[in-house]
Amino acid sequence: MNPETIKAVSDTVTNAESGGGAGWMMHHILDGRTLEFEPFGVIHLPELHLLGYDISITKHVIFIWLAAIILIFTLSLAAKAYKKSLVPKGLTNFFEILVVFVRDDIAKPTIGQGYEKFLPFLLTMFFFILVSNFLGLLPYGSTATSNIGVTSTLAVISFLVIQGGGMIKNGFFGYFKGLIPHGVPIPLIPIMFVIEILGLFTKPFALAVRLFANMTAGHVVILSLIGLIFILKTYFVAPVSVGFALFIYLLEILVALIQAYIFTMLSSLFIGMAVHQDH
Amino acid sequence: MYNLMAFLVFSGGEGGGSLLDINPGVIFWTTLTFLLLFFVLKKTAWKPILESLDAREKSIADAISSAEKAKEDAEKLLAENKANLAKAEEEAQKIIQQGREYSEKLKTQMLEESKTEAKKLVDDASAEIERKNKEMFLQLKNEVASIAVKAAEKLIMENLDEEKQSKIVSKYIEDISKN
Repeated sequence: MNPETIKAVSDTVTNAESGGGAGWMMHHILDGRTLEFEPFGVIHLPELHLLGYDISITKHVIFIWLAAIILIFTLSLAAKAYKKSLVPKGLTNFFEILVVFVRDDIAKPTIGQGYEKFLPFLLTMFFFILVSNFLGLLPYGSTATSNIGVTSTLAVISFLVIQGGGMIKNGFFGYFKGLIPHGVPIPLIPIMFVIEILGLFTKPFALAVRLFANMTAGHVVILSLIGLIFILKTYFVAPVSVGFALFIYLLEILVALIQAYIFTMLSSLFIGMAVHQDH
Repeated sequence: MYNLMAFLVFSGGEGGGSLLDINPGVIFWTTLTFLLLFFVLKKTAWKPILESLDAREKSIADAISSAEKAKEDAEKLLAENKANLAKAEEEAQKIIQQGREYSEKLKTQMLEESKTEAKKLVDDASAEIERKNKEMFLQLKNEVASIAVKAAEKLIMENLDEEKQSKIVSKYIEDISKN
């Protein structure tokens, strides 16, 4: 590729950026230091530092907290209803469906024996991702799970639970021994060991990227469709754009559910593989 | 070549941050929030909810098994009742049969008895008749004899004279006194 072409591409990109092309879109997707409630006003979030690290409260942190508060409030309310009677009603009934789903369709078949120990973790993960995903679909909302920092943190927690669960069950050395499948020829063992160790890390990496990409993609598509109106500078595109954006929005509701399910399901599956290594 | 790659990789991060930027603050807060959420929910929500679910499932399973047991018991009882009923029926049939046999026997016995009784009666009666007949005959014979005697006497009396008469009377008297 000759330098002329590179220069041309570079020019196009910088022109687009300086002309406010993709900037507004990024502004909506990226994390930020402000909570914007246009046209009502903007809240500036405080800046914090700890041991030389910037731990400022950002938009996504606020939405993580919001998700946590909603969950603690509604779930403890639902749990309290069980004290009155074992027959669920209303809100409790709704949460029970999801809890039973995570228990019977995710944890039980993938982990099998001893799934009860991991159930609180899986339930927390499922509900946290679910609520975070849905908060991004509300007006003025922001999807915390479309931040790679958030998803990779969740994936690392998941990774620690997977490895911890495997090591507690099989012992530290037994766990690593069990990584190599049975019946592998001896010369292949070192190679298999390296591959399996790599596999341990690619699993959570895939978890993080999958959640992040899925939650970002929907917003990017919606913003692109809306942006079409301004790029083409005509109102006639508006019905088409809004129609498609609505369709993608509905799709995002589905994706929000599916991604929460997939993240939990795969975590559970990896826990099952780490705990019961013989198959 | 390197220029292009460097441009592609870094151009996004130059302005207001890239999608792939990882902010240490976000990691810190996410970890903290998730762990807090985990421990709070584990205590306030998951434990009671899961325990209640287990308790309810157990109670449902218990109810089902107890219903099953009750059904089994009822079936057993029904079978027992049926067996009892059949037994009672059989018993009744037997009793009826026995009664019938007994009555039959009684009937024939009575018939037999009455027959012999009747025969005896008839025999007795015929014997009595025979006896009576004989008696009557004897009486009749005597009667006839006496009538004949009387008639003869009358005849004789008419033909006798006084002397003879007195003779005869005295003979009578003699006879009587003899007796």
